[in-house]
Amino acid sequence: MTDIVNLKKELTSEITAANDLKALDEVRVSVLGKKGRITAIMKTLGGMDPEERKTTGQALNVLKDEIADLLKSQEAALKKQAMDERLATEHIDITLNTRPERAGKVHPISQTIDELVTIFGAMGFSVAEGPDIEDDWHNFTALNFPPGHPAREMQDTFFLPEDPSETDPEKARKVLRTHTSSVQIRHMENNAPPIKTICFGRTYRSDWDMTHTPMFHQMECLYIDKGVTMAHLKGCLTDFVRAFFKIDDLPVRFRPSFFPFVEPGAEVDIGYVKLSNGGMRLGKAKDNEDQCWMEILGSGMVHPNVLKNCGIDPNEYQGFAFGMGLERSTMLKYGIPDLRTFFDSDVRWLGHYGFDPLNRPNSATNY
Amino acid sequence: MKFTLNWLKKHLDTNASLQEICDKLTALGLELDGVEDRAALYAPFKVALIEKAEKHPDADRLKVCTVKTADGVKQVVCGAPNARTGMKGVFAPEGSYIPGSDITLKKGVIRGVESCGMMVSEAEMNLSEDHDGIIEIDDSIEIGTSFAELYGLDDPVLTIDLTPNRVDCAGVRGIARDLAAAGLGTLKPLAGDKIEGGFASPVKVTIEDKDGCKLFLGRTIKGVKNGPSPEWMQALLKSVGLRPISALVDITNYLSLDLCRPLHVYDIARLSGDIVVREARDGEEFDALNDKSYRAAGGEVAITDESGVIGFGGIVGGESTSCTEGTVDVFLECAYFNPTRMAKTGRLHGIDSDARYRNERGIDPVFTHDGMEIATRLILDICGGEASQIVTAGAVPDWQKTVDYDPAIVKNLIGMDVDTKTQKQILTDLGFGAKDNGGAFAVSVPPWRGDIWDADTDGKADLAEEILRVVGLDDLPSVSVRADSAVTQAAETVLLGRVRQARNALTARGMHECVTWSFMNKELAGHFGSNDNALTLSNPISAEIDQMRPSILPNLITAAGANHARGFGNAALCEIGPVFRSVKADGQEMIASGIRAGANAPRNWSDASAVRPVDAYDAKADALAALEACGAPAANAQIRKGASSYFHPGRSGVFALGKTIIAQFGEIHPAILEEMDIKFPVVAFEVFLQNIPEAKKKGGTEKPYLQLASLQPVSRDFAFVVDQSVESFDLVRAAKSADKKMIADAYVFDVYAGKGVEEGKKSLALNVTLQPDDKTLTDEEIEAISQNIIAAVHAKTGGILRG
Repeated sequence: MTDIVNLKKELTSEITAANDLKALDEVRVSVLGKKGRITAIMKTLGGMDPEERKTTGQALNVLKDEIADLLKSQEAALKKQAMDERLATEHIDITLNTRPERAGKVHPISQTIDELVTIFGAMGFSVAEGPDIEDDWHNFTALNFPPGHPAREMQDTFFLPEDPSETDPEKARKVLRTHTSSVQIRHMENNAPPIKTICFGRTYRSDWDMTHTPMFHQMECLYIDKGVTMAHLKGCLTDFVRAFFKIDDLPVRFRPSFFPFVEPGAEVDIGYVKLSNGGMRLGKAKDNEDQCWMEILGSGMVHPNVLKNCGIDPNEYQGFAFGMGLERSTMLKYGIPDLRTFFDSDVRWLGHYGFDPLNRPNSATNY
Repeated sequence: MKFTLNWLKKHLDTNASLQEICDKLTALGLELDGVEDRAALYAPFKVALIEKAEKHPDADRLKVCTVKTADGVKQVVCGAPNARTGMKGVFAPEGSYIPGSDITLKKGVIRGVESCGMMVSEAEMNLSEDHDGIIEIDDSIEIGTSFAELYGLDDPVLTIDLTPNRVDCAGVRGIARDLAAAGLGTLKPLAGDKIEGGFASPVKVTIEDKDGCKLFLGRTIKGVKNGPSPEWMQALLKSVGLRPISALVDITNYLSLDLCRPLHVYDIARLSGDIVVREARDGEEFDALNDKSYRAAGGEVAITDESGVIGFGGIVGGESTSCTEGTVDVFLECAYFNPTRMAKTGRLHGIDSDARYRNERGIDPVFTHDGMEIATRLILDICGGEASQIVTAGAVPDWQKTVDYDPAIVKNLIGMDVDTKTQKQILTDLGFGAKDNGGAFAVSVPPWRGDIWDADTDGKADLAEEILRVVGLDDLPSVSVRADSAVTQAAETVLLGRVRQARNALTARGMHECVTWSFMNKELAGHFGSNDNALTLSNPISAEIDQMRPSILPNLITAAGANHARGFGNAALCEIGPVFRSVKADGQEMIASGIRAGANAPRNWSDASAVRPVDAYDAKADALAALEACGAPAANAQIRKGASSYFHPGRSGVFALGKTIIAQFGEIHPAILEEMDIKFPVVAFEVFLQNIPEAKKKGGTEKPYLQLASLQPVSRDFAFVVDQSVESFDLVRAAKSADKKMIADAYVFDVYAGKGVEEGKKSLALNVTLQPDDKTLTDEEIEAISQNIIAAVHAKTGGILRG
């Protein structure tokens, strides 16, 4: 028994003295290995009388457990020490810039189109498409602009050479569409009511100054069914502008106006307030402020002649249409000051006013 | 259209405030553009008496005036030559704003003499260019009288934006009628008497162009005196921006604005014989009143005498027969011209006159007679003289229209409740004849509403609009539009979906999305596919953008150049938009395009060798990303040569599905970059979104079942020496064909040419993954497959395993 007590002392000091994992493993083998010191004593048990064997055996087992625990805790301590030493040497300059990754942005016009598809999609509208190069029929005549009518002069049209393969002069005369209203015609020519469509696209007018560019974008909305009234137009537009501009009580004003393809026609204004710093704020005027108005779109009930031109009986079906310039709405919503910059492809502008490609508008998010 | 409040009140008896009138105009669809209320601007200026004007002690040209004003006596230093003792003028006190010189007056000391305020000139009041002296006021006017009132400047000027259908409101009376109907007062009766002519007009009129001129009334007025027009008329004309010229001219201008009744006066002494209205002949010329000369194209409605064309009827008169100060006998024209012909002539010659504006939109044809009498009366009253009988050519054209009107349309079309009585009252107030006819009633359209009687409609919606205008859209109820189903159908088309997906993929890869013009320079377009004349704009705004684009790439390359010039190189730009192949409706194609310029990345501390010039593989990766985002079966696509000529022939390729090319990519042709003066490398791609086949729908939404192998895959590397011309696509395909069951994947991970590899050859390092499915492969089996791979590669590409 004295041997065991001595052995314990001896082993404990050896384990404590082991200052790396390799030395510790050597101690372990010298104690518990096949030729280890405890193993050696274990082998002598067979030669002992039963009483002695019992007490010695028990003592040896206790020692074995104690030593195993001791080895384990020493191992843990050594590992921790090794990790601490390693960590003490490992550090980086965390202020160093990250590796370059290119961040592309979505153009604001595309952002607006995505938002509008989401908003109008929720109201049950779906997208229609039509060409940028239009014929006289779809851009003017079918929309109730009679030839020579002064209303045609409201727009400065870009013309292309006539299409020699067309025999009908109204189909042969080619223009760059001056509005997306031409898509209404194409859609109604090929689809029977109910019709509930929106359309987006490039439009063109021969005008280039601070507030006009020869190319710009429009959105068109068309809803034809039985019993669609101007009250639906007002509801649809009010819901839309409030959702789009994210202002629940945005004032909306309807004014009578004239477009050849609607009757009655109305222009739609939204309310804003002029600020003392020269800027403006969209929304309702407070008690001490003046309510100002700005026009954002033209609208109306589709003219009976337009329906007839598309083969729809105006005595059975009626509906509304409106068209809106997308640049202007985008400028208003996102505070972009200059129309012309939309088409400059200046990477500074695109990076600043553009949108994250991974955060696209959808009906589950707040556009 | 401009008018003043007092002018309006000549026709409208009203107590409404200016603000009420302004608001109502807009609500009626006569959109208010602005109000210039000059009363406040001119309020500080009052009549004052120069009690004493003495020479300035230190300046020969200055005078020191003692001025008696309503607020006491002031000392004013004045430089005007006409300033003198006893004269009355207009005094501007200290602190007042002088509109003509854009300054606010301060007390000053001029050459040692104190000056408090000033006596003003017309130029300083912004009324004329006259700066020669200060304004002189008649002695009978009391000191302290408001200058604004005295000069008629307290009359606010209103500007409205007229829509092209409302030419009746291009006369002040029409505006008054609308306001009266909307409850803002009553329309005053129009004074007019019939003047019996005392003699037959010596000038006769014949209409040969009966389509162009429907009715021509003429009258000679003998013995007029064409001096200045009366002050009230001058003041009104000036306030709406017209320069008074002479009584006769001012009267015609005034009636054009007041009653929307354009007129013309000819000096009989300068006329050669009678007037004939006929079509102009090609090449006929005349000098017009707007100081321009016109050469007829033929077919214009021409007013002619024996000398030839003396004016384009209804558009612009001629200089040769115009009235002057010395005019004694005049011939007055009041006519109704065909609006379409007016528009045609006006547009052809680019003449924007007040007469054209009204005549081309269709004035009141019935009012021709009344207009003649009213004009005659004004001339006789202002210029004196004696009027002849009226000569008449043509007749009032057929214009009547009666609408079978059912008032329920307001409810059915507009969604608003307006009772029949109110509707009838509104129509009557607007001048429509509303006869009761049970539920529906017959409504006759007044002659001044050509937008309704001359329209190819049954007029019902037009009348509903009249009701709506007057009642006002503020009262229109609002009804939300809802989807048929709570979970709506997809709003996007397949194409729009692809546009969005390609955009998201490309921008997520670091490209900025641009929107560039659909048109471009014709010559440049020629380098990028086509500059067919069929797609050249007939009236381009600039030669830089005169051709519909055959490709988006030149616009993006130009943009990269512009960004580079601003100090931002290495642009990565994309645009998803249309290009144009023909003018047909299906001649337009939606393309996702992109370019990368300069280096692939900025320098960075991590790995200097990672920065390199962009190459065709960058563009290939972009194209592949866009294709995959759009759901194209890109893995099945064949990659081969055959990109458009604007790509580098040896460093470009296409993705093809059979014969259909779904994308192309590569370096831009160096000759084109040189042409475009671009001095950095540019790679580009185009994905033809409409060429991507639509995903088959019948398979449903399920993806194929995924079979996960339980055994580990085995990876082996090979290096083959092949001819430089051998493409890796063929090598990989050859290797894969060696054991289609076992080889799960193969790809090239290194390309080497140079030392150790024979000239004209290259070494391609290939990694092959073997995927056993039921038992682990033995070394022998792996070796057998390897030999098959080597044999297959050799057979199909001539490649030799590198020793």
